[in-house]
Amino acid sequence: MLEIRGLRATAGSKEILRGIDLKVEAGEVHAIMGPNGSGKSTLAHVLSGRESYQVTGGEVTYQGQDLLAMSPEIRAREGIFLAFQYPVEIPGVSTTYFLKAALNAVRKHRGLDELDAMEFLALVKDKLKLVEMDQALINRPLNEGFSGGEKKRNEILQMAVLDPILALLDETDSGLDIDALRIVAGGVNALRGKDRAMIVITHYQRLLDYIVPDFVHVLYDGRIVKSGTKELALELESKGYDWIKSEAATVH
Amino acid sequence: MSLTESTGRFIAAFNEQRSARKDGAPWLGELHQAGMASFTKLGFPSTKNEDWKYTDVEPAVSLPFGPVNGKPKSFPMGEILSIGFAEEDGPRLVFQNGIFAPELSSTRGLPGGVRLASLAEQSREADGLVATQLGRYADLKGNAFVALNTAFIGDGAVVVIPPGCRLTQPIYLVYGSGAMERPLVSHPRTLILMGADSEAKIVESYAGANGGKYFCNAVTELIAAGDSITHYYRLQNEGEAAFHMGTLAAHLERGSHLTAHAVTLSGALVRNNVHISLAGEGAECVLNGLYLGEGKQHIDNFTEIEHAKPRATSLELYKGILDGASRGVFNGRIVVHKDAQKSDARQTNRNLLLSADAVVNTKPQLEIYADDVKCSHGSTIGQLDPGALFYLRSRGLGPDEARSLLSFAFANEIVGRIQIDSLRRRLDDYLVAKFRRI
Repeated sequence: MLEIRGLRATAGSKEILRGIDLKVEAGEVHAIMGPNGSGKSTLAHVLSGRESYQVTGGEVTYQGQDLLAMSPEIRAREGIFLAFQYPVEIPGVSTTYFLKAALNAVRKHRGLDELDAMEFLALVKDKLKLVEMDQALINRPLNEGFSGGEKKRNEILQMAVLDPILALLDETDSGLDIDALRIVAGGVNALRGKDRAMIVITHYQRLLDYIVPDFVHVLYDGRIVKSGTKELALELESKGYDWIKSEAATVH
Repeated sequence: MSLTESTGRFIAAFNEQRSARKDGAPWLGELHQAGMASFTKLGFPSTKNEDWKYTDVEPAVSLPFGPVNGKPKSFPMGEILSIGFAEEDGPRLVFQNGIFAPELSSTRGLPGGVRLASLAEQSREADGLVATQLGRYADLKGNAFVALNTAFIGDGAVVVIPPGCRLTQPIYLVYGSGAMERPLVSHPRTLILMGADSEAKIVESYAGANGGKYFCNAVTELIAAGDSITHYYRLQNEGEAAFHMGTLAAHLERGSHLTAHAVTLSGALVRNNVHISLAGEGAECVLNGLYLGEGKQHIDNFTEIEHAKPRATSLELYKGILDGASRGVFNGRIVVHKDAQKSDARQTNRNLLLSADAVVNTKPQLEIYADDVKCSHGSTIGQLDPGALFYLRSRGLGPDEARSLLSFAFANEIVGRIQIDSLRRRLDDYLVAKFRRI
């Protein structure tokens, strides 16, 4: 489904991704771990098409297409979803209003009929249960005054409604207490399926107790320096990142 | 034409109409004279006047105006009601080019004691209520447009909410203007008296047909007695070529609350003066402003809040979206008097520029003479947030759609605060349609 080869990207003059290789198949959940500043979030944003990063090398194939040639909205309509680490607050527009507009843009692209207000509401009501969210919350201005947990639940709600093919979860566990983490992870797990792939970016192993990955990769200094199964995450948890750093230093 | 010549023309018009005013009540004649005396002294302000620094009134006042407060001429008033976002039914007073139109108005369903009537009619009432209250708080001596309005007071609206009355239905005052053969000037005057412990929602709407030039110079006085609650909405959707000068002078007594919206959607040259006097202890006002400029529109919001007594609160948020080569001006003056301890004043002005040629001048002015107060102010001028744009695009919205949604959101923060559901929905629809075009 997704193949990244030698991906390099800069933010301004600073090179952050320095040759990423990664292959993700449908139905798989990949975790990407790594110390702060290793390039995890950058990778997620580059895959979503954020223009503040410049891709300087490599290629990304998504469902047989050149992903890097697509604008952010085309990527979204083609099924890529990024759950933000810091969801944006937009006073003046409710989640409902915004999400209906987004869903209809996606549906139009996929050749489906646009949903009217009633149909949309029926769909959302169903998805709200997944993340144990109250309907009143989505009639409030988007993320404005939401707690950390509410914002993350709102991200997963959007994911459930937009029904992506490839979901990128950027530090979805950050700022969550254990109850919120359980709810958010529960929502994510409910969305796992044989046609959907997920890339879960996290600093801590904790999230992976709830969302159990098929593969774990360690990103350090802009490269994937180690890949393995979920046991690798546990090893990182007990040993920290330092041994990865020294291993990486001897390799390069 | 110079400002002095324009001033002279209005003085001459006043003198010509002397005979027409002879039949009016003597007190009104005196008020006219006082207005004209002050106007003669002040003249139209030039941009050398600090309060008018960014707004050149010359194009508005130099028009070759027809008869002042000209006779109404038929134009599609059904349209005016919709342009003015007014209710099809419910209590309302409608004015055509400044003259009361009883056939389009209704006072049905109002509880006893509520007075909703034309000013021309009320000024002849024997109880003298209007005679004693009109002109008390609008700044005749300092503002030439208030003086001019006062000199030419003809018609307008009187709203009296008796003590203890909690009115649930909103009252609409619709001032419709339409072009005549010659440019027309009108001076609508509104007087709102809120009794002690009363509550009301009042919408004052200025609406005009596109096409001709006209000049609407409106003044509203609002006197809020103790513990009253007023939701006041001033909507301005004049014709594109129109000139609009509007003044709200509000006097708030002990423990009263005023929420005053000022929504400016159209007009070529617009100035909104707002003067709020927090004249009683614990009075509070919330000012919500929205102005949308495009083309060559010029929109100036000049707000002054006076904290005269202790423990009063003012919360002000004005937001502007400027597109094309339009210009927005915001001046927010807050004066905290010596005795007004424990005052709480917060002021914010936020501007969104959608084009490289749009301009905003924003100026907070805080004058604080008390020592135990909380005062804050802030202003921002910016473009749409790239982070928010990316967020929306990452959900599938195209760049134009994302920009349109963010602009709508920016404006809707103000519209969302409107407490009349039907009015809020109508403005919401208006904004959605407007920003879809951007």
